[in-house]
Amino acid sequence: MSEHDIAVVVNGKSCSVHVEGRTTLADMLRKQLGLTGTHIGCEHGVCGACTVRVDGRSARSCLMLAAQTDGFRIETIEGLAAKDGTLNTLQTAMIEAHGIQCGFCTPGILMTLMEMLETVDDPDEETVRDWLSGNICRCTGYQGIVDAALAAARTIAGTRG
Amino acid sequence: MKPAPFDYYQPGSLDEALELLSRFEGAKVLAGGQSLMAMMNMRFVQPEQVIDVNRINLDYIRLEDGYVAIGAGTRQRDIQLSPTVRQHVPLMIEALHHVGHVQTRNRGTIGGSLCHLDPAAELPSVCMTLDAEVVAESKASGRRVMPMTEFAADYMTPAIGIDELVTEIRVPFWPDAHGFAFEEFARRHGDFAIASASVAVTIEDDAVERIAITIGGLASVPIRITEAENFLVGKARGDLKIEHAATLCGNLDAVSDYHATSEYRQHLATVLASRALHRAVSRAVREVSK
Repeated sequence: MSEHDIAVVVNGKSCSVHVEGRTTLADMLRKQLGLTGTHIGCEHGVCGACTVRVDGRSARSCLMLAAQTDGFRIETIEGLAAKDGTLNTLQTAMIEAHGIQCGFCTPGILMTLMEMLETVDDPDEETVRDWLSGNICRCTGYQGIVDAALAAARTIAGTRG
Repeated sequence: MKPAPFDYYQPGSLDEALELLSRFEGAKVLAGGQSLMAMMNMRFVQPEQVIDVNRINLDYIRLEDGYVAIGAGTRQRDIQLSPTVRQHVPLMIEALHHVGHVQTRNRGTIGGSLCHLDPAAELPSVCMTLDAEVVAESKASGRRVMPMTEFAADYMTPAIGIDELVTEIRVPFWPDAHGFAFEEFARRHGDFAIASASVAVTIEDDAVERIAITIGGLASVPIRITEAENFLVGKARGDLKIEHAATLCGNLDAVSDYHATSEYRQHLATVLASRALHRAVSRAVREVSK
């Protein structure tokens, strides 16, 4: 069984990590870097709870090996709020629109929606639902999450002018 | 669950990857990992070596003479966003909307989809419809090009040797004025289809000049329905008898499993073929009249 020394930038911070070949990105983040905000649900790519961003793109961290991410930039839920704890636009909108209940799916949903907010101008409800199709939530019925995403998109569009 | 232990290799060049493939018998190639990683996590697959081909430059979309060359490592999302593919292979764009979700398309590759060869997967069906060719390379026998019909040998079994790597997919494009449609039925958006139909067609002098129809999800691989194609070629648009052609599309031996019975799959194939044929033909007519 092979072992590897890799260097990654996680939430803006450079990290050197020693991993087994079979270690998934999700397990590296949770067990070796202590970033337990990334949740592991199904562990076969269906539920979306473990979604993080790898070089800007959302991806299932249970379907990537840690060793594959050598040299990459990884963003997790822990990187969304400002250093002083101030929540970002999407996080605030999720609270205001009641997009959170048990919270298990929330980190994955936020990482997916962050990519949407950065790549899609003026998303409509259908677009938001399409982006959310890869994240399963068993509590909210999705309406609060959709409302939050649309509200965040409007706020961001407003600040852009 | 977690993957069983294996040795992980990350070749930086095609030669290095082919050298590794020639050396091991129990190795698996890791591309986007959206199927293989899940299968390894569940220990359905326990390779001795994993050869990660993500650092080889197989990520490109090039317009060649009469076809679009897509590097096997090109992400499904990049294909979806490619103006070249949108212009020349619009059927693939339409089908990609049904492939998984944005997070899986961000990683999943076209070469991976083809090599995994799930009988209900969208990209193999589209490649079958468009008479795509698959380029495979190995250290021992170099490069060879095979038609999709030969590549799709059997249920989840591509016709490549254990030392071969798929490096490129060549998708011939149809005239700008062709019609196309992809239809599928899945229990949830992003799931593998229970059945699918894809169609490409050209209309000339108000009659069908050329047509290709593929049904996915029924047999062990996606299948071209030549009987229906032959029935429709040359027919005047006003006298197409699409419903009869669609019935021929459902007239296949179909698998039966806990998702659907074979009768239900045959029914779906007929309905989806009818929808795809109607949509593709009207699109072709609109394009011709432009």
